[in-house]
Amino acid sequence: MGYVKGLRCRECGREYPKEPINICEFCFGPLEVTYQYDEIRKVLSREVIASRPPNMWRYAELMPLDNGPTVGFDVGFTPLVRAHNLGKALGVSELYLKNDAVSHPTLSFKDRVVAVAVSKAREFGFDTVACASTGNLANAVAASAASAGMNSYIFIPSDLEQGKVIGTQVFGTHLVGVLGSYDDVNRLCTEIADRYRWAFVNINIRPFYAEGSKTFGYEIVEQMGWRVPKHIVVPMAGGSLITKIRKSFKEFQEIGLIEPESCGTRFYGAQAAGCSPIVTAVKNGTDLFKPVKPNTIAKSLAIGNPADGFYAIQAIKQSGGWAEEVTDDEIVEGIKLLAETEGVFTETAGGVTVGVTKKLIEQGRIPGDESIVISITGNGLKTQEALIGKVKEHQVIDSKLSSFEALLLEKGAEVW
Amino acid sequence: MGVNVRIPTPLRSLTQGQAEVSVGGKSIREIVDNLEKAYPGIKERICDEQGNLRRFVNLYLNDEDVRFLKDLQTEVRDGDGLSIVPAIAGG
Repeated sequence: MGYVKGLRCRECGREYPKEPINICEFCFGPLEVTYQYDEIRKVLSREVIASRPPNMWRYAELMPLDNGPTVGFDVGFTPLVRAHNLGKALGVSELYLKNDAVSHPTLSFKDRVVAVAVSKAREFGFDTVACASTGNLANAVAASAASAGMNSYIFIPSDLEQGKVIGTQVFGTHLVGVLGSYDDVNRLCTEIADRYRWAFVNINIRPFYAEGSKTFGYEIVEQMGWRVPKHIVVPMAGGSLITKIRKSFKEFQEIGLIEPESCGTRFYGAQAAGCSPIVTAVKNGTDLFKPVKPNTIAKSLAIGNPADGFYAIQAIKQSGGWAEEVTDDEIVEGIKLLAETEGVFTETAGGVTVGVTKKLIEQGRIPGDESIVISITGNGLKTQEALIGKVKEHQVIDSKLSSFEALLLEKGAEVW
Repeated sequence: MGVNVRIPTPLRSLTQGQAEVSVGGKSIREIVDNLEKAYPGIKERICDEQGNLRRFVNLYLNDEDVRFLKDLQTEVRDGDGLSIVPAIAGG
């Protein structure tokens, strides 16, 4: 089985066979998986998809595996939440959260890409998986390697949040902290990947790995009743997710699962002000971005030299969308706003997305009477440092009813 | 003496397998032009038709991304190290 034709350079169009390679030998452009859409169209219908278990593999024909998955069977199909309260707070009528804060098993959308990458690594016959990560990918690779019984090496910036470090180490991986930013880690890993025959999920396995993100988009379409939203706000680090969600909508159109005319979604990119090379390029109207040195509490988005930055800019522009950034204070406000209105605790990246959505609505760039999806890609329990001193201290009392009632009186509440 | 240029695997077929070569020049542009003289075919891999750095090629001068410096106009000195690194991933 499998419907992959091969790999093709996004820059110069040169074709390559299915191999663990990620860049064009000629121009260094990134390679992308190509599919036999004519064949997929014959076998994949809404009914077939709906009859399958609620996980990301219900769209298996559009995933780049030759055989089925061998790990991550239960990943995906996270809730699409109708956010009435947040909608009211922001003054919009049809707002949804695609909530990968509750992704199985490591609470971020990276579980999707890793399920594909590790299955693909096994198909290629690797025994060791590796990655450069800002944290969420580290968690996902370590967990997936553990469940696949594979060896793993994970490289992170040395200053990550404790939740991301412990949430990686617990799986028994080889975790290496590197002095410097993610971009320094990535550069080191590129050199390591050159020398060691490992499956670096976001380097030599990257064309396959990145395809896993499409399931985030497929699910949104299916969960909205086989239609696309008018607007979607997506956080950007390397810039891959926003391009893959757009690709997912186009593929559903290509294989006839949704009407072509329904595909007018506008894509909005969200970054932190302390690391916003893609937003800056969109605002300046340039095709190229200038790499930056990140300085933000949104560490999972702190990539100063985004590999897919160019394509993210294109996706935003071509769709008629826009890009915006928020400060660290606005990120914290965004986290709290989402928690207090919808009962969803997202990590700093989600604070960025919520904050940017608020800003775009206030600016009138997103209208109040059309469907909007906010992409929540990670869980707040992993980045608690961002909220220390930013939430109210809780009160401590001794174990007497009178003490509790004194507290109620202090709060001005009714004592029964 | 010259600038030590680190060659990534995909370009080593042009440098007879050498991972590092020494090239003279006063700026990165001159280094690239002199690389081309010594190893014909390498420039079109690094630069586009207009002679600008290709979108997915990163050059690091002594560990600093040259886009933070003066790009191809960046001056270089004997003994400097220049790394050619294909663009990379995210996550």
